[in-house]
Amino acid sequence: MSETTQPLVVAHDLAKTFDVSAPWLNRVLEGQPRQWLHAVDGVSFEIQRGQTLALVGESGCGKSTVARLLVGLYAPSRGGLSFDGQDAHAAYQSKDAKAMRKRIQMIFQDPYASLNPRWTVEAIIGEPLQEHGLIQGAAQLQARVAELLQSVGLSALDMPKYPHQFSGGQRQRISIARALATAPEFLVCDEPTSALDVSVQAQVLNIMKDLQRERGLTYLFISHNLAVVRHVSDQVGVMYLGRLVELADTHSLFSNPQHPYTRMLLDAIPKMHDTGRARTPVQGEVPNPLNPPSGCSFHPRCPLVTERCKTERPAWRELKGIHIACHVAS
Amino acid sequence: MSLLQVDNLVVEFPSRHGTLRALDGISFDIAPGEILGVVGESGAGKSLTGAAIIGLLEPPGRIASGSIRLHGQRIDQLSNDQMRHIRGRQIGAIFQDPLTSLNPLYSVGRQIVETIQAHLPVSHQEAKQRAIRLLQDTGIPAAAERIDHYPHQFSGGMRQRVVIALALAAEPQLIVADEPTTALDVSIQAQIISLLKSICKERGAAVMLITHDMGVIAETCDRVAVMYAGRIAEIGPVHQVINQPAHPYTSGLMAAIPDMNSDRERLNQIDGAMPRLNAIPTGCAFNPRCPEVFERCRQERPDLMPARGTQAACWRVEGAV
Repeated sequence: MSETTQPLVVAHDLAKTFDVSAPWLNRVLEGQPRQWLHAVDGVSFEIQRGQTLALVGESGCGKSTVARLLVGLYAPSRGGLSFDGQDAHAAYQSKDAKAMRKRIQMIFQDPYASLNPRWTVEAIIGEPLQEHGLIQGAAQLQARVAELLQSVGLSALDMPKYPHQFSGGQRQRISIARALATAPEFLVCDEPTSALDVSVQAQVLNIMKDLQRERGLTYLFISHNLAVVRHVSDQVGVMYLGRLVELADTHSLFSNPQHPYTRMLLDAIPKMHDTGRARTPVQGEVPNPLNPPSGCSFHPRCPLVTERCKTERPAWRELKGIHIACHVAS
Repeated sequence: MSLLQVDNLVVEFPSRHGTLRALDGISFDIAPGEILGVVGESGAGKSLTGAAIIGLLEPPGRIASGSIRLHGQRIDQLSNDQMRHIRGRQIGAIFQDPLTSLNPLYSVGRQIVETIQAHLPVSHQEAKQRAIRLLQDTGIPAAAERIDHYPHQFSGGMRQRVVIALALAAEPQLIVADEPTTALDVSIQAQIISLLKSICKERGAAVMLITHDMGVIAETCDRVAVMYAGRIAEIGPVHQVINQPAHPYTSGLMAAIPDMNSDRERLNQIDGAMPRLNAIPTGCAFNPRCPEVFERCRQERPDLMPARGTQAACWRVEGAV
């Protein structure tokens, strides 16, 4: 069957533009122009069933906007997203939206903000079950919630408790249980461990890997922590100012990074067992996305910059099995 | 002689349900020019230790016993007024979020000049010149123009540079930096760390660097103290603590960090969570989570004792040296 090789998620030239113009009156009276922020500007990738794609990049590079596009919280301004061969955004608009949402779920960064403090754990995890009509009656609900709690290492006795009675790591496990309630195939995880301490982060990452193995889940994993990304992902995409600059399988990206920005990010990671070694600090900062540099948007910080980089935007091309947007890499 | 000596520091919070001990017998010292890292998970008492030293404990928190000495002089019993002269002049502070440590309504120049004039007898013109030099030293381009800008006109990394300039304004000998790079991207983090390091070496200032990021500690510090549930679990030279930790908590913590150089399928996890202040177990506070626990750990609390090259509060290391 050809279906086994067909990717579960295909994003093609996905873009999202936000209108950040001054209010109408200011535009009319002061002659201010309309302004557009290109948060995501033509991002393409594929994720195979049961695999993990990680997106990394600095704040403001558009990682979270991609996540929101995938779960249908934003409609794309351009490009398309197909899920299991189906146009996901058409589905989000139609009466099939519920069926699509059931298959794609999201885990958010802050487990303190993403759980309703006035609901019990049973109500939090039970809501998607009831909303999608997956259970009948209170007894069935309790049994299913208990099962979900056990799958993330919590106990059925936790059902009547409230979120404040749990630690950060336990709360994040409650949000994972909630995301798993509808038995989704695809989970979008937006910085799921960034708010957690390292020992707790290890617990959550281990659970996520176990669940992936047991249920064949597909993940989009967003993080700014490259060490975490290396640990969980099969493929890594590096984003800069709304565009992908490099997309490669995890091993080649970390052992042989091609894009100068990827190399810079890797050099910036503190090395633990190399005490006292100074890092090579990355020069400069991310430019204002409202007014991105011409040509390759990374050129003002790039050590290998050429004249061509300043004028011509590099195309997204395939190079020795990886994807890259750079004039210089060869 | 050490610049800062903290001896058996105990910080308590009286509450309706009895008194909570947030710090319980913390002792360490910092030599001039030394960078001491303080690392631990949320709630271990890292920031509280920093706050106690700079005299900014939030009431009802109070120092119940122990002492803090700067240049051999006790500073833990000073009045707020006396402490205000030490803070800024002798101890500088850098906090996590640069946006909340700067006043949004004043230009950064005005804030730095104000700090300089509050502590040093210089004219406004001199103070302004100094402020420009400080901004240059912290790597802000076009400092002479930027000095009249407001905090919102700076990016996150630049703002943190302003905060560092502010902390250095009156040339303090000790800087308490509480998570100075946590709110920054990894690329900017490296810039700030190397700045902090070079500026302290040049000026011979001692630094207490509080962070939960072992990577930052590894590249920056001379010594490191690992905190757990309000106590120091292990303290020693940084390469020793990272490569050959003696305390089971330190080794667990090190193994939980995803490493760029290893291909482990699963990360080591320390099951459970740090106890709450009102439910600290008897004996060693780490005993319910410890893989090497034995009877004595549940009954008697270990103090810091010499271990392989470090000091660890653990019964396992007793007699092992």
